[in-house]
Amino acid sequence: MRHTISILLENTAGALSRVAGLFSARAYNIESLSVAPTEDATISRLTLVTRGSVEVIEQITKQLNKLVDVIRLIDLSEGSAIERELMLIKVRAVGGEQRDELARLAGIYGARIVDVTESSYIVEMTGDSVKLDAFVEIIGAKRILEVVRSGVLGILRGTKALRA
Amino acid sequence: MTQKLRGADILVRALIDEGVEFVFGYPGGAVLHIYDALYMQDRLKHILVRHEQGATHAADGYARATGKPGVVLVTSGPGATNAVTGIATAYMDSIPLVVFTGQVPTHLIGNDAFQEVDCVGITRPCVKHNFLVERVEDLALTIKKAFFVATSGRPGPVVVDIPKDVTANVTEYHYPASVEIRSYKPNTKGHPGQIRKAAQLILAAEKPMIYSGGGVVLDNAASELTTFGRLLGYPVTNTLMGLGAYPATDPQFVGMLGMHGTYEANMAMHHCDVLIAIGARFDDRVTGDLAKFCPHAKIVHIDIDPSSISKNVRVDVPIVGGVANVLGELNKLLLESGCTPRQRETDPWWQQVREWQKLDCLRYERTSPLIKPQAVVEALYRVTGGDAYVTSDVGQHQMWAAQYYKFDQPRRWINSGGLGTMGFGLPAAMGVQLAFPDKQVACVTGEASFQMCVQELSTCLQYDLPIKVVSLNNRYMGMVRQWQEFFYESRYSHSYMDALPDFVKLAEAYGHVGMRIDKPGDVEGALKEAFAQKKRLVLMDFITDQSENVYPMIAAGKGQHEMHLAPGTSDRELA
Repeated sequence: MRHTISILLENTAGALSRVAGLFSARAYNIESLSVAPTEDATISRLTLVTRGSVEVIEQITKQLNKLVDVIRLIDLSEGSAIERELMLIKVRAVGGEQRDELARLAGIYGARIVDVTESSYIVEMTGDSVKLDAFVEIIGAKRILEVVRSGVLGILRGTKALRA
Repeated sequence: MTQKLRGADILVRALIDEGVEFVFGYPGGAVLHIYDALYMQDRLKHILVRHEQGATHAADGYARATGKPGVVLVTSGPGATNAVTGIATAYMDSIPLVVFTGQVPTHLIGNDAFQEVDCVGITRPCVKHNFLVERVEDLALTIKKAFFVATSGRPGPVVVDIPKDVTANVTEYHYPASVEIRSYKPNTKGHPGQIRKAAQLILAAEKPMIYSGGGVVLDNAASELTTFGRLLGYPVTNTLMGLGAYPATDPQFVGMLGMHGTYEANMAMHHCDVLIAIGARFDDRVTGDLAKFCPHAKIVHIDIDPSSISKNVRVDVPIVGGVANVLGELNKLLLESGCTPRQRETDPWWQQVREWQKLDCLRYERTSPLIKPQAVVEALYRVTGGDAYVTSDVGQHQMWAAQYYKFDQPRRWINSGGLGTMGFGLPAAMGVQLAFPDKQVACVTGEASFQMCVQELSTCLQYDLPIKVVSLNNRYMGMVRQWQEFFYESRYSHSYMDALPDFVKLAEAYGHVGMRIDKPGDVEGALKEAFAQKKRLVLMDFITDQSENVYPMIAAGKGQHEMHLAPGTSDRELA
């Protein structure tokens, strides 16, 4: 099953490689990974998406907790959480008909066109991964020039918070 | 204002303030400032090894025997990479080490400078934690953190990588009495509710089994374990790492379990209804095929490391906490409830266990004209009065030492269990002998393992370490040969050691005493003679039966009850 794990990590050199190294050393997979400092500059927040059985996910969270640089973590999939991903997608946009259709699709998906040239659009959209996948599929490989995704970010609903 | 010190002097001062007795090391360019600081003091004793692997194993042996952290100092590049095997060995057995590695100056890091390796990167997967010290102002605090992390929670090795300029730069020295790390808070107290639940399950058992491991040794919980076992009157088995945590000569002890465990220990594991796992990690060499492991048992598992719990085997009552703490609480609970040894309730079970014991699975041919390796270990046990510190290398001799030397005390049996590092035995014995200069220290080894760190014979001479090396020389990598006999139709591919040195002359060349023993009748006399030489290292080269195998044996993929037994042991051979 797919799990989104959010980690508060010491913002020090090498901390990220300890997390990444743990996954490769123990043959766990990482589907996506995003990391950036928090409001406290000494702490990074890392969100990763992984897949595994209940037992594997239990081991992953225990092993992550064992890393000395990991301050706290939460498996967002265990509660109700909001997940978002940012995507920038560069598409071929030539001819009025195609350009109109792309603009219409972007509108339907709540996306914005942030760059326009004679032959291309860059579309910016946020949403959960399923929505982004759907948009990529609709546009189709033929028209896509480039896709950049941020990896998943997640946060718990309500007042409960992951804090150091 | 306090006086300013060089980083090198700060390191030395910090080690003294930390109570460190010995530093095992080898100098080199990146650590020359530190060696200079060592030269100008006489409180820290530096032990000069002959290879950095020896330094880590020696520090490791010291740590295992004393319970104190072992300290290593090596240079950058090859110094660090040579130390890696020893670091990984300590990591797999959760041994507290603090390893200081030199690094090229900070401005050269990443430049492929002379003797540069990414030490933090190379050691990351085999340390509990590691640090690169980038500023001399951080040095003292980092050292404090390193000792704290290495020795607390589930212990392990910690590497501190120090660039050369950091050891030359100066700052004020302040060594903190304690340290807090917000992201590292090991929990040693077990959950009271879980402990009560465990007690209920333990007291309801009809076929109980206590399975204890290295965690009991590491947490100095042998007396709590012994109290626990005797309070209940249940059978006890120890893992390879746990030997000595429960007295081997106690009637409740049924021997080691696992791949080369006793028939009775493995059968009792297979048939028990309540398994009490204490400071053990359900290693594959213990469990055999997981699908067949303890099929009838409810399992209680006490361990300080949450990730050890339900990693390989799902447990019913997990208790995260230090085993000394948790066993203390359990014992209190049992005593308060008026618990006495549950002889009546477990009588049929004990009868069954005694029945399994009658098989005498460790029996071997005692009338052979060749020296049987098992007989050498038994003689060693007699000659040392069961009171020696025994280190070992890895292979058949290691298993025989574990099976036939009856350890009644913890920290006496010192071997590389998890990583299985050949070459461990001799340097580990150096660390033990330095810690206990007046104790008998034996290194049980084989001619193959021994040659992997043989250079340390020179260190032994320099520091007058009167280790007794018991080499079971079968002219093979015995365990490899055994597997080839069993699983590769006796195709002995590269497991024969041709062109062996004359070990007697080798010992003498290094300034020690060498003995060759090739008759069974001479074994005990030779050992007595060797141990009578209290000031000398004696290398005993026992020419043993080449064809001897370690029994019982659980082959890979088999269940605990499916053991190979020694030929002729029984018509009940199962595998």
